[in-house]
Amino acid sequence: MTLIDLANPTKFLSLTARMLPWLAGATAILLLVGFYQAAMAPDDYQQGATVKIMFVHVPNAWLAMFVWGVMTLAALGTLVWRHPLADVAAKAAAPIGAAFTFLALVTGSLWGRPMWGTYWEWDARLTSVLILFLMYLGLMALWRAVDDPSRAARAAAILTLVGALNLPIIKFSVDWWNTLHQPASVMRIGGPSLDRAFLIPLLVMAIGFTLLFVTLHLAAMRNEILRRRVRSLQMMQASQQAA
Amino acid sequence: MTALAALIRRDIKIALRVGGGALIGVLFFLTVTVLMPFAIGPDLPLLTRLGPAILWLGALLASLLTLDRLFTADHEDGSLDLIVMGRTPLELACAAKALAHWLAAGLPLIVATPVLGLMLNLDATATSAVALTLLAGTPALTFTGMIGAALAVTLHRGGLLLAVLVLPLSIPVLIFGVAASQAAITGPLAFGTPFSILCALSLVSFVVGPVAAAASLRHGLD
Repeated sequence: MTLIDLANPTKFLSLTARMLPWLAGATAILLLVGFYQAAMAPDDYQQGATVKIMFVHVPNAWLAMFVWGVMTLAALGTLVWRHPLADVAAKAAAPIGAAFTFLALVTGSLWGRPMWGTYWEWDARLTSVLILFLMYLGLMALWRAVDDPSRAARAAAILTLVGALNLPIIKFSVDWWNTLHQPASVMRIGGPSLDRAFLIPLLVMAIGFTLLFVTLHLAAMRNEILRRRVRSLQMMQASQQAA
Repeated sequence: MTALAALIRRDIKIALRVGGGALIGVLFFLTVTVLMPFAIGPDLPLLTRLGPAILWLGALLASLLTLDRLFTADHEDGSLDLIVMGRTPLELACAAKALAHWLAAGLPLIVATPVLGLMLNLDATATSAVALTLLAGTPALTFTGMIGAALAVTLHRGGLLLAVLVLPLSIPVLIFGVAASQAAITGPLAFGTPFSILCALSLVSFVVGPVAAAASLRHGLD
């Protein structure tokens, strides 16, 4: 089974129909374990119980960037390899990515209120994630503005690739500028600086949220394929009636 | 090379003649800047503090307003198809068109800045700092905006969609443009740091803008 075999939407549908229950089950188990471990994790000596927001905030923020990465790959698939499912993948990912970005912003803002004393601060990382959110919304607007899906796909792919320039800026903004947001503490040179008591639940949550994205994304892709089939059937019916 | 020079000359001529609309951008810039004191109140010290930000916002909106014209007129009369099919590389042709657009619509904004700075109670250093940052930053606005203009023309949707696509991409330019101007006026940060980043943004946009715009024209036009 290679990527090109999946180019047949029917094969893709039958494969994902078998995969989805397992994926959904694994997601549910991992998220349950993650939430339990997060609830049982000790309070931070400085931040108290609010440190638990981290277990939701950090996976969402990771995914906000990860989903744009997935869309970038899909954009390359559309423009370079003309993979027929690439634009379906890109279209289905955009609203999910926007939702993760929104959740990252909201949880971060709720965490910022007790810790920094403000819901919002115009510092580099917050601003660049906000720009990412606006770009997700712009991309969704672009998808909705054009009725021909293949034409919209190529336009959206170019915008996705241009927007991908923002990802390194988000990742390194906390290192380049001296900001309020703390620097990376998990994915950094010299190993994580986080204590094991926090690190393990965080990783479980991160994997759980990633699986959640994969599940939602595959389901959304199935819906998009079916929606296109319904549309073409309707068009066929309309042309038959007209004839 | 002569083809590109001819393209630049032609675009500037069209923009400056009747119906071209390049100078409408300056008029819009003037109007937006004049509106600000009405909204904020004629408090001169406050206007001095906000002046660079007002000028930058005005220039950003004015350049956005004229971006729509970058490809639409050529698309309507068919000359865009000729440019796409021509022997000149499309990337270079796009860069030439953007350069012509900046010369016709961006440069007048910078020329108008000293007059508007006077009205916002900016002193000579502040005005020249804003003009200098605009000189370094507005090319980036034009060249990144060109991507949105190319997408919009291939989708036959201009106006609002263009603004939604282009504005997020122009936020970094706005941030560093205003930061550099403020640094030159009030300090305490050095002027050089944000100004170099602003120049870097412009240089990156010179590469990314034409390539992305050419790709979208190639894939989008049929």
